[in-house]
Amino acid sequence: MGYDSKTELYQQVILEHNKKPRNFGKMDDATHDAEGYNPLCGDQLHVYLHINADNVIDNITFEGEGCAISKASGSMMTQALKGKTMDEAKALFTEFHDLVTGKLNPEKCEHHLGKLAIFSGIWHFPSRVKCASLSWHTMKGALDKEQTISTE
Amino acid sequence: MGFDITSIRNDFPNLQQTVHGEPLVYLDNAATTFKPQSVIDAITNHYSHETSNVHRGVHHLSEVATAAYEGAREKVRAFLNANSTKEIILTSGTTDSINLMAQSYGRALLDEGDEILITEMEHHSNIVPWQMLCQEKGCVLKVVPMNDDGELIIEEFHKLLNAKTKLVSVVYISNSLGTINPIKDIIKAAHAQGTSVIVDGAQAVSHTEIDVQDLDCDFFAFSAHKLYGPTGVGVLYGKEALLDTMAPYRGGGDMIASVTFEKTTYNVLPYKFEAGTPNVAGVIGLGAAIDYLNTLDFTDILQYKQKLLAYGTDQLSSIKDLRLIGTAKQKTSILSFVHPLIHAHDMGTLVDEQGIAIRTGHHCTQPVMKHFGVPATSRASLAMYNTTEEIDALVKAILHAVEVFQ
Repeated sequence: MGYDSKTELYQQVILEHNKKPRNFGKMDDATHDAEGYNPLCGDQLHVYLHINADNVIDNITFEGEGCAISKASGSMMTQALKGKTMDEAKALFTEFHDLVTGKLNPEKCEHHLGKLAIFSGIWHFPSRVKCASLSWHTMKGALDKEQTISTE
Repeated sequence: MGFDITSIRNDFPNLQQTVHGEPLVYLDNAATTFKPQSVIDAITNHYSHETSNVHRGVHHLSEVATAAYEGAREKVRAFLNANSTKEIILTSGTTDSINLMAQSYGRALLDEGDEILITEMEHHSNIVPWQMLCQEKGCVLKVVPMNDDGELIIEEFHKLLNAKTKLVSVVYISNSLGTINPIKDIIKAAHAQGTSVIVDGAQAVSHTEIDVQDLDCDFFAFSAHKLYGPTGVGVLYGKEALLDTMAPYRGGGDMIASVTFEKTTYNVLPYKFEAGTPNVAGVIGLGAAIDYLNTLDFTDILQYKQKLLAYGTDQLSSIKDLRLIGTAKQKTSILSFVHPLIHAHDMGTLVDEQGIAIRTGHHCTQPVMKHFGVPATSRASLAMYNTTEEIDALVKAILHAVEVFQ
């Protein structure tokens, strides 16, 4: 058996974010927060946002249990969204959603995903798409003031 | 004749393929087993040459299909050593069988305050139907706990069993831990209390020989697809005297003796519980699966699988930091494990890259995951066609995954 990496799922960036997730932990003064749950695997995470008077996300954190994909995705999401307005965050949610479901090809379409484009290959793994999108669905749920988000 | 693994493997066309460029190693047999060619042929033959509804027409094909369908019921009877084919209800699977029990038997039997006794290691399909019934009838679900090896704490079972216990529904072999429960002792104790016992035999049918008369269970449920048969078919065995007292579960065609708008009389056993056109081809496929197993020596199969289990336990235990979940003294060839560095879903994807199919997640046993304090496990479940070389391939793939995550 050869052990060359056959997929691009577990790239260094993802492994590194899994090991050291950024903005990981509870936020006591969150203005928005929601709980996300993936009943398929039991993954659970919580996203906290602090949104200021100008509708800008000036702080965002997450915490919870999950696989490397969901943890790395949550970590990279917090990095991408800090400093963005609520509308920008929602627009990025749509782009990310299109990316992981294979509707947006980052090499062909214009986008604002930056480093997040690393998740482009995940649509080849239908059972893992929800791992990547759980934190994003939860974040959107928090913005929309929904308490509990399930990927099912 | 002995146990000829090469010959057995050749009977299963699904094994003869590569996945991601590697020979497929299929270790997800607790979820579903592959089907031997003879089962596939039996189903194909029904659809190619014998398609017809059963118990209805007088024409040739209907007679042929009915004979094949009822022939399969007799094979199931013999397989379980039931007294009569009246005791063999054909359902869509274990889940359907247990729901039948809850909705027909349980609903009539239980009153407010009565107790149903299950165990901590039940599959969701032996939890949720009872919870639904408890909500409706105001009865109480009691749970026998297990220890950290994944064995039932049998003293607790005896303590929980009391005059209010109207029903015991218990898994014979755990799908997520591999534990073989002391089912005969449980049945004996429950009967001494006057309580009926339902056995969830979904995993048991492929892992141990079943004799419902020897077990003396009142009901026994299983699915064809975990016994090398097709999906969408299951069995509910019940003692005739008990089935006779039960009301039908679903209304429709085939389950009636006569229908007028004023009154309907029901058909006899087992048809009373089989409303609508059944899964004819699937049932015939189940019969073919039992025929296939009858060509093998079950004792040989069990010995071989115990050898695989011992080898797999040794090999997986040798991986640093890997923790086996489910270490009962009496267990079957199911190996659940967790690794502190790697979430089960990452493990599943990484070993899949090497052509190895394992199950990852909570295995529809979330209370078991809670007991062990893990969100999910990886599970390798071995069938009679697996080999020690395949276990070696799994170990190699796990070590590679550990390397990636180091």
